[in-house]
Amino acid sequence: MIIKKKLSKNKPNIFTKLFLYLMLFSGALLSLFPFYWMFVIATNPNHVVNRVPPAMLPGEHLVINFKNVLETIPFFGALYNSFLVSTTVTVSVLFLSSLAGYAFAKLRFKGKNVLFVFILVTMMIPSQLGLIPSYVIITKLGWISDLRALIVPGMVSAFGIFWMRQYIKEAIPDELVEAAKIDGCSQLRIYWTIVVPLILPAFATLGIITYMGVWNDFMWPLVVLKDESVHTIQVAVRLLNDAYVRDYGMIMSGTFWATVPLVVIFLVFNKFFIESLTKGAVK
Amino acid sequence: MPEIQTKNNTTKVLKMPYFTERKKESLTGYLYISPFFILFTIFSIFPIFFSFYLAFHRWNGLGEMQYVGWRNFKLILDDPMFWKSISNTFIMALMGTLPQLIVAFLLAYALNSSIVRFKNFFRISIFMPNVTSIVAVAIVFGTIYTNSETGIMNVVLSYFNISPINWGSNEWGLKVAISTMVFWRWVGYNTIIYLAGMQSIPNELYEAAKIDGASLWQQIRYITLPLMKPVIIFTVFVSTIGSLQLFTEPLVFLGRTMREEGITMVLYLYREAFMNNAFGTASASAVILFFIIIIISVINLLVANRLGK
Repeated sequence: MIIKKKLSKNKPNIFTKLFLYLMLFSGALLSLFPFYWMFVIATNPNHVVNRVPPAMLPGEHLVINFKNVLETIPFFGALYNSFLVSTTVTVSVLFLSSLAGYAFAKLRFKGKNVLFVFILVTMMIPSQLGLIPSYVIITKLGWISDLRALIVPGMVSAFGIFWMRQYIKEAIPDELVEAAKIDGCSQLRIYWTIVVPLILPAFATLGIITYMGVWNDFMWPLVVLKDESVHTIQVAVRLLNDAYVRDYGMIMSGTFWATVPLVVIFLVFNKFFIESLTKGAVK
Repeated sequence: MPEIQTKNNTTKVLKMPYFTERKKESLTGYLYISPFFILFTIFSIFPIFFSFYLAFHRWNGLGEMQYVGWRNFKLILDDPMFWKSISNTFIMALMGTLPQLIVAFLLAYALNSSIVRFKNFFRISIFMPNVTSIVAVAIVFGTIYTNSETGIMNVVLSYFNISPINWGSNEWGLKVAISTMVFWRWVGYNTIIYLAGMQSIPNELYEAAKIDGASLWQQIRYITLPLMKPVIIFTVFVSTIGSLQLFTEPLVFLGRTMREEGITMVLYLYREAFMNNAFGTASASAVILFFIIIIISVINLLVANRLGK
């Protein structure tokens, strides 16, 4: 009885409750406001951006602003380029990482551990270190302003292999692989019919992480994609912002419509997104 | 069909000695990991070594390379802009990271509290900035932090009787604006990571502490913080390394001006290479950046080890 009393005394404190809600509400508000602001400016004429008091309501320039975007940059082309690159890279990373991850988790070959440690070490090297020589290589290959410059180097991922190896090691019992081998299953068939169906969750997680990473990547595309027709959406949107005369309504319109697809997908699959993007960290 | 196949295979296995089966397995292993090693060697390993080589050469990307010894390093170490880029990076890393992790911790604590409802709404809203691209973030904040006296941030400041700030050129204004972008995009991410850490702490510990009369602060100090240590160390590690590589936010925010008040180490590297065509000095700065990151990582590890004891 005494314990219960003490517990309940500790619980309902109205001030704690108020404080927690205040904190969370301001956190949510500050997180969401820039999205709303983006929409407000995207639907208003240019001068509204610096109005006093600040504009807080959507205007009527939604269509005009977006038309201006289409006249300034190849918006849909850039969106398509981003889609193409992100999809190709993701499919390739999933396939090659799971294949290599399977080899590291279940196959026996010489130097396996050394090679795996090597992969772990490379994950810690900042990518900027090799930026200039990579650019030189792409130039020599004639891939400047060619989407292959983004796709081919992105096809493999050290993190992907690490992730897949850990997952396969836990998710697939050695006995299963051994049994399949004794039954005369070829390695490729073991991979395809036994491993792949059992690691679908790992595919989903790695897929989201990779897709988001490639879609939002900026520095490398900026360096290698000179021609407007191959720009990804990030490079194209940045171009809007860099014009000498800034039309904020147009800039925000481009930014807003480039952001909407991912935000919608995020809202639909929010639980899965949040889990995936943070899971790579916690493990 | 399957029956025949099994039969064929069994006879094969019977004919071949165990050794070849083993050999076949290791061949398959090498085959499966080879795409990674081939592409990685060409596009990552070779460039890394070549960076060290380039750092000792003078090259504009087209003509002959010319060996110049340590001259590139001397050149950039004599460049006040380079030192400026280092101090800017460290200041913004600190300004973007420290408040962010503290706020993330508080938000996670609130989200973990049993008395709060609408948790899903809060979780989704706070995490949403993380799925937007950095370019978009930089552009949006560029219209919030405008130089104009009537820009939204300056108007907000005017309510507090603070005179308007030239966010695009003011020494600290620029840093505050850029740190805000980092803060906004990553605070939700770290909140979720802290939340996961807090959820793994068994509730009985708190109950026991409450019975012993521990205050809220004592509970955080003696239960939450110690048990969250590995998670906190991880987030500090990732955020510091990440903010040392700050690039997109300042590039987009500074636009064509590339003002020195906001230039970062990676931006310096980018400017040397792709605007000045000085590949040698750019590589030298890449090498220095690499060592700075290694040193910071080692310091992080040492501190983590110390705390772990």
